Amino acid sequence: MEQNVFSEHDTTHVSEKKAKLGIKFFFFYLTVYAGFVAIGVLNYELLAIEVFKGINLAVIYGFGLIVLAVLLGVLYNALCNRYEAGTNEKEGNAL
Amino acid sequence: MIYGVSYIALAFFIFFVGLVLGLSFYLARKTKSASNYYAAGGKIHWSVNGIAFAGDYLSAASFLGICGMIAVSGFDGFLYAIGFLAGWVVALFLIAEPFKKLGKYTFTDALNAKFNSRAITLTASISTLIISVFYLIPQMVGAGDLVTPLMGLPHWAGVLFVGIIVIVIVATAGMASTTYVQFLKGGLLIILSTILTVYILKNGFTLTPNQQDKAYHSFITLHPQMMDNKVASVPDWDVLAQVPVKGKEFVQLKKEGIVRWFDLVKEDQHYILKEALSITTDSRGSVLYNGEPQSGGRFYQVGHLNKIVIDGKEVTETGSLGPLEYLSVMDKSMLVRFSNAKFQHEGESVSLYYQHTTSGKDFLLPGLKYKIGKGSSLWSKLDFISLMLALFLGTAALPHILIRYYTVRSSKDARKSTILAIAAIGTFYVLTLYMGLGAAVNGSMDVESSNMAAPLLARAIGAVLFSAISAVAFATILGTVAGLIVAASGAIAHDFMDVYLKKNLSDAEKVKAGKLAAFAVGLLSIFLGMAFKGINVSFLVGWAFAIAASANLPAILFLLFWKKTSAKAIAYSIVVGIVSSLAIILTSPTMWDRYGLDPAGAIHQLENPALISFPLAVLTIYICSRLYPRKELV
Repeated sequence: MEQNVFSEHDTTHVSEKKAKLGIKFFFFYLTVYAGFVAIGVLNYELLAIEVFKGINLAVIYGFGLIVLAVLLGVLYNALCNRYEAGTNEKEGNAL
Repeated sequence: MIYGVSYIALAFFIFFVGLVLGLSFYLARKTKSASNYYAAGGKIHWSVNGIAFAGDYLSAASFLGICGMIAVSGFDGFLYAIGFLAGWVVALFLIAEPFKKLGKYTFTDALNAKFNSRAITLTASISTLIISVFYLIPQMVGAGDLVTPLMGLPHWAGVLFVGIIVIVIVATAGMASTTYVQFLKGGLLIILSTILTVYILKNGFTLTPNQQDKAYHSFITLHPQMMDNKVASVPDWDVLAQVPVKGKEFVQLKKEGIVRWFDLVKEDQHYILKEALSITTDSRGSVLYNGEPQSGGRFYQVGHLNKIVIDGKEVTETGSLGPLEYLSVMDKSMLVRFSNAKFQHEGESVSLYYQHTTSGKDFLLPGLKYKIGKGSSLWSKLDFISLMLALFLGTAALPHILIRYYTVRSSKDARKSTILAIAAIGTFYVLTLYMGLGAAVNGSMDVESSNMAAPLLARAIGAVLFSAISAVAFATILGTVAGLIVAASGAIAHDFMDVYLKKNLSDAEKVKAGKLAAFAVGLLSIFLGMAFKGINVSFLVGWAFAIAASANLPAILFLLFWKKTSAKAIAYSIVVGIVSSLAIILTSPTMWDRYGLDPAGAIHQLENPALISFPLAVLTIYICSRLYPRKELV
């Protein structure tokens, strides 16, 4: 089984940058996710408030968490690609 | 529930299962021979891999369980969808790339990459085995539920049927569970769910959700004469008994020789009797459904609205609705759910399903299963937090999900596939909300098992869609069960016997040990599948997530992000995670009910253990790393 194809240009520096970015994104999502749980436990009535076209906050927040996960994933991928492309360019210039 | 065999549905089902499995294996074999994908490291396009991820993840728990729980408990079922998806965020942002860089191919090997510790091998293999078994239980329960309406077999026969097929597959050839198998299943599941959702929105709401071949059962309401808060008489019926059960009053009536049960309810200062569905079992074991033998067919699918409000006006049906409008109308309407009460009466075991009117507003809020609003207790709030924690942290710690990160070609493709998987799984979970709500109001509920909500909803449309959906769900279960059994047997044969016990088995002996282990795990899963009949499969999967989050995730995170983590600390934290989560699960109210005891008398009222077991495991790994520092640093 081949295992190193994926890391062709993945330097330690880029790995660290990607890991840091991942941690930041994780904590951002965790905060939004924890917000939903906190509202449920501490101020349940808030979830019943209609926020958009007759739909309550609970449903909108739920859909929002799903959409946010996808959007953050796309953004994370774009930034990681940029880091990796930057490394490739530098390597190319050095050559 | 009484199910008759539908030969048309059965024929289509066998055709679809054959088609899905046959095509999957054909493509899988072709892939292997053409590009040697697994060994050569990848000609598979990242988009195929992404849908394959989704196929791998969307097991019976997602399709059968979430739809079923939404149909029964409304938004509380959707909590599982939110949590299951959020778990992928942890996997993508924290685990995927650094874990892959450890360069190993199984969870145990990866965890042990820096240490070569026997203690880690032992504890990680036990953890893999336990999580796999807990993940297997809901798959088997779902399999039994699925086969029942198709073949008219009892639940246990369905579990046995699936168990035997999978054991044969695994023990003879091994499961060629490749990317294309999962791709096909994942893709079909999303397409079929979209068709089902379009049907639900096109039909909108109606007070009389008749199905193609039969009219929806019209539930009787009677007006009794009362005396001292007791039912004295009911026109045209003989009053036999009035039984108080946990604050409710159930009344037994008789007409034309048939005995029926009713729920006594006070509405607008007047008492009324609402028809209940009953299953009575006498001391000789003979069972009556609504007072008649099974052949009478008097046990019905349920789920309907009793008030529809659109633009402030009450209507009998809405016609087609948009996705947002559907939720808005639901929020303003009233629906009838069914609750269960069990009691003994004159030597008979009685299981009653009585009507429970719930506002759409409450149905679209958390709280029907996990009480966090009115009438909530500290326990129920803690339970809610614990569930959300387990779902968030569990995905990234499931051994069979972690392994998938090693089957992709490059880190870039891995990321792209994971993001596509998140999008596909997210889309599917949005659809589950509509499928669950659709089942709740379209007479598609089997009161004995919530797991059949989505397939029964498909049956309302027609035999072909029902068969196709059942076949895809069945193929999904076969694939997942086979994969889990292989993983569990690998933990026993490879990790425990070969690596830990250092048995130095020959290749032939390794294969034999693996097959024997697969056979034993298969038998265990058949037994557990029968024992847990009737419990929602998502709820059961929640336990697997909680154990994974407690036993594996602290070990993975500390290994990846804290250089002082020691081998002993990893082993101890896995043990603490497993023991504490199992202890809480085995003493939970649900298990108390399984033991035949009163759930209210359970040692504690926590259904989900992660809130306690995860911090305990984190604390253990931190303290033990301080107490027993890693030798490599000395």
